[in-house]
Amino acid sequence: MKSEENSAARKAILSRIRAAQGRSGVPDDAEREAVRAHIRAHPQSPRPASDGELVTRFRERALDLASTWHEIGSDSAIPAATAVYLRENNLPLRAVCWQEFTGLDWAGSGMEVEARNARGDDLVGITGAFCAIAETGTLMTLSGPHTPAAVSLLPETHIAVVHKTRIVRGMEDAWELLRAEFEHLPRAVNFISGPSRTADIEQTVTLGAHGPYRVHIILAP
Amino acid sequence: MQVTSMNFKARAGEKLADVKLQAALRKLQGNFVKGRADRVAELDNFEAIRTAAAEIRDRALANLDVYLEEFETNATARGAVVHWAETAEEANRIVCELAVRYGVRKAAKSKSMVSEECALNDALEAAGIEVIETDLGEYILQLAHEPPSHIVAPVVHKSKEDVSDLFEEKHKLTRKTRIPDLCREAREILRPHFLSADMGISGANFIVAETGSTLIVTNEGNGRMVTTLPRVHVAITGIEKVVPTLEDATTLLRLLPRHGTGQTITNYISVNTGVKDAADLDGPEHFHIILVDAGRTKLIGGDMQAMLRCIRCGACMNHCPVYQSVGGHAYGWVYPGPMGSILTPSYVGIENALDLPNASTLCNQCGVVCPVKIPLPDLMRKLRERQFERGLKPWPEKLGLALWGWTARHPALYAVLSRIGARMLAYMGGAEKRIHHLPLGGGWTAGRDMPAPQGKTFRELYSQKIRKG
Repeated sequence: MKSEENSAARKAILSRIRAAQGRSGVPDDAEREAVRAHIRAHPQSPRPASDGELVTRFRERALDLASTWHEIGSDSAIPAATAVYLRENNLPLRAVCWQEFTGLDWAGSGMEVEARNARGDDLVGITGAFCAIAETGTLMTLSGPHTPAAVSLLPETHIAVVHKTRIVRGMEDAWELLRAEFEHLPRAVNFISGPSRTADIEQTVTLGAHGPYRVHIILAP
Repeated sequence: MQVTSMNFKARAGEKLADVKLQAALRKLQGNFVKGRADRVAELDNFEAIRTAAAEIRDRALANLDVYLEEFETNATARGAVVHWAETAEEANRIVCELAVRYGVRKAAKSKSMVSEECALNDALEAAGIEVIETDLGEYILQLAHEPPSHIVAPVVHKSKEDVSDLFEEKHKLTRKTRIPDLCREAREILRPHFLSADMGISGANFIVAETGSTLIVTNEGNGRMVTTLPRVHVAITGIEKVVPTLEDATTLLRLLPRHGTGQTITNYISVNTGVKDAADLDGPEHFHIILVDAGRTKLIGGDMQAMLRCIRCGACMNHCPVYQSVGGHAYGWVYPGPMGSILTPSYVGIENALDLPNASTLCNQCGVVCPVKIPLPDLMRKLRERQFERGLKPWPEKLGLALWGWTARHPALYAVLSRIGARMLAYMGGAEKRIHHLPLGGGWTAGRDMPAPQGKTFRELYSQKIRKG
């Protein structure tokens, strides 16, 4: 890349914008500060009324998106709940998972689970979620060394463990939670709303396009 | 993409006679129009959200240069490289140079309308790089060597039989006839490409100044694949796509899927920021973001700036009686429907798309459903005025209007001429009182008769009434 050429394009575009809007030269400190002040304040716009209790709303909306869910009493029940779901649906009992689930007794439920990133031929992926959004029934996942993004993407079945205490009302609340717990955004924030789908052929909705065919949510306390 | 918008009239005629296309368009209308109405009804304060969405877009556009610089600073701080392209050719050259620099043999691409504007695939192929479109619709079009006919549903003009034929011919596998089987076949053909591509190319629905992130909405998951698996990610997008904050993006995301596909939310919303850390198990090592002008700055500052609010949902075309009748290909460039009637002449030159601002009844359905309140009919009217001012209207129209204008300024003559005209038309209508062929108006009477005027002119009736009164 010839960087001087690129900076010429940059300068030309930015000055064309300013000239067209009757603002000459380069932005002064006041202009920059006004923009930064808005970004720092990041005000919320009107949001739809979201009635009902968060967990109930989340469960209803998740079903609307063609996800399924099962509620458990404690984290130790995660392997059994996973195995029941997989057996009921005639799915393999072998899976890849995020590192946070390595300590669970998978073998006790007849499962073979490896903590690693997913490969193209893995059939079941088990992840957690940073939080979940009641308004839309959506999971929010963050990429990281122990939470690779591909585990919720490449396998045909995605099992997601969501702690009910981590269900927030809307996406704005999810951003607030992220800002409170992390210094900056991870490489990838993925909002997942049900199994992948396409309606490109004759506008007929078909589940399982390039990502999972199924998303099963295990709701833990 | 080559502009063929000057052929609108001829193409429109063909498309109206295309029975298969007409059936497909009726289905689109049912799904997307009803879907939008249902999803909007879920929001108790829809109008307040819509107003906020328009304000968010206006805020970004009013200080576009400052927000873009802020975006660049924050993206760069996370290891992304921001490039600027004044033209489509420049954007293509940057992508090709990146491909050479990183030794890319294969690129997997998710849907990007900006890359359609640039005809990026042709440029990459000319440079010897294999490009695979991975959105199912775009993949079908790539196999068929056709342009998209809708920005959200690119193969709306094709039936499942067309897709069966195409897959059978190109994949050389057993013919599939059920839609889920066709989707499965495409998934299995494309999966190895995702895993082996050196470069992923995506667009961006928004870029966020606050965090330097690109944001894409997808349903199929291919957008996530191309931004997660290849070692190089190139995002190519228009300079107008910047929004100030994550909250601002959130507000727009409440409207985009509702207006685009009639969904409350798309399956995936992916916010990508910077490159992978050393310890990350996936993600690109190199992230390049190309900010493309290609005509956008021409819309800044003037009365057309509101068009840059557009978030490319497609609601304007779904609700347009002209689009519903002729489909997307008649418009002759990347963006069909009302948005295209403004974007195409603005980006590629009004003289190359004379029919488009006129391909509208100005019924304002598009303006009513636009989630960011773009006054589309007003903008089309302004483009018509510009055509007139630049003398770009066809000469019979200019002559006709000049003659009419002159007579209208001479009321006595106008009265005489309209009386003679009305009598002549009544005579032409004969006993049937219908005119089968109107001189100078053959196009109008080609598909229907014109009722012949009856009795006296308005002026005659009016003066009679005054005399009696």
